[in-house]
Amino acid sequence: MNAIEVTGLRKSYGQVHAVRGIDLTIVSGEIFALLGPNGAGKTTTVEILEGFRRRDAGVVKVLGFDPREEGRAAREWRNRIGIVLQSTSDSGDLTVIETIQHFSGYYSNPRNVEEVINSVGLEEKSGSLIRKLSGGQRRRLDVALGIIGSPELLFLDEPTTGFDPEARRAFWALIEKLRGDGTTILLTTHYLDEAEALADRVGVINDGQILEISSPMQLGGRSTAQALVTWRDGSEIASESTNNPTTVINRLMSHFNGEIPELTVTRPSLEDIYLKMIGITHE
Amino acid sequence: MNKIPSALSLGVRRGGLEIRQFARQRESVIFTLLFPVILLIIFGSVFKDTIAPGVTFSQYFLAGMIASGLVNTGFQALAITIPLERDFGALKRLRGTPMPASSYFIGKAILIIVSMVLQIIMLLGVGLIFFNVEIPTDPHKWFTFAWLVLLGSACSTALGIAYSIVPKSGRGASAVVTPIVIVLQFFSGVFFIFTQLPSWMQQVASIFPLKWLTQGMRSVFLPDTFATQEVAKSWENSRTFAILVIWLIIGVFFSVRKFKWDRD
Repeated sequence: MNAIEVTGLRKSYGQVHAVRGIDLTIVSGEIFALLGPNGAGKTTTVEILEGFRRRDAGVVKVLGFDPREEGRAAREWRNRIGIVLQSTSDSGDLTVIETIQHFSGYYSNPRNVEEVINSVGLEEKSGSLIRKLSGGQRRRLDVALGIIGSPELLFLDEPTTGFDPEARRAFWALIEKLRGDGTTILLTTHYLDEAEALADRVGVINDGQILEISSPMQLGGRSTAQALVTWRDGSEIASESTNNPTTVINRLMSHFNGEIPELTVTRPSLEDIYLKMIGITHE
Repeated sequence: MNKIPSALSLGVRRGGLEIRQFARQRESVIFTLLFPVILLIIFGSVFKDTIAPGVTFSQYFLAGMIASGLVNTGFQALAITIPLERDFGALKRLRGTPMPASSYFIGKAILIIVSMVLQIIMLLGVGLIFFNVEIPTDPHKWFTFAWLVLLGSACSTALGIAYSIVPKSGRGASAVVTPIVIVLQFFSGVFFIFTQLPSWMQQVASIFPLKWLTQGMRSVFLPDTFATQEVAKSWENSRTFAILVIWLIIGVFFSVRKFKWDRD
């Protein structure tokens, strides 16, 4: 069963071709990260899937539903999805619990309000007015409102922008928990470590087209890329790129007769691969 | 699987939420609710003339203030605050939930009717205590008053929601909303006696609901003998009803068809 099926998706704004023929399938229960620079067509694609924007061409099915439709069926559909938008703020004159309680009333099978507040780590702020929350706390409220309806499919747009490292780790744990509940998640993020930590598969989008879809470990030939071995040789740091790092280390071990000074072995990070992919298309 | 809640029940819930939010914004409570009262006190104290046998300007002005309160509290407030909600992204978030647009509109209508009732109580109180305004005893007049307030609030709400698509941003909203309201107040016989205005002004005002609301309110708060002083020599309440219904339909049509949830 696929949560999202997209074929031949196109969208232009006047002369600007924001999305130029995207095919994408997201399987139920997976976490999929969509990566791409600003202006690559990421937001347009996601907003078409969320039903906020109209497409020019292509077939789109989200939980088996065409997001262009309206009326009763659209309400039933929205009852099954959750959306965390990039930037949302409110007048802030309601408390955290009032807001979440109110939104829970929109859905047929909402999660327990207290549990949701706890899961985003806002239990101490439950009675605070929204306008007194910090940026990161507001973001956690956004996430709480996105998951209150127990969605089958959750859209997360840049969810951890403005989080401190500790809050990000807590957020990642929450996403893992949602994964455990079987929630399908479409994530867009600028943080490649986040995509790597969370996503089953990542898709890189640039210039309105998908460059590659793969697991974070295999993207751009990452798993087979050469490793870089570095060590200290006298006063200098020596390095060697190799397909067989173990062989190199073996050689170095006999050379140094045991411990290799300041040894490191690195493979290209997801970020290195990603930047290379984006750079290539700019040439 | 439970059923998703009905649009009406969500509308009532939204009404409660809107009232709670509104009550916590002290500035807007004071501005929206007390400003007409302050105007009534100022005008009532400055203009003490009798404009017809047994009719003071204060009485005339009270009718106008209640009518223009409907426009201020509904049309003006919504056409300014909805673009702000749109800028915040609050509307887009709502759009992403199963809550239907009609529930949002019902919530706004509930907020407007509740604040209107509060405002009317204050205006009547001040009129009664300071300006010897006579409160009607005829139940027929109260019936007219009730439908004027209900239909006027509904009309004002619908037009405010419809007009909220005009301001490009929340910051610029009051610049494209307030002048219209103030000009209409001058043209519609709120600050001046309507029949003393130039006829072109009267004709322009006759297109819009405010003129009819003020005239309708005069039919409630002024003695029936004053009807002969109106342009048509009568209160024309059935025409007022028809014109408000037409504007209500226009407002609902544009609200439903053209409402903007997102900035772009």
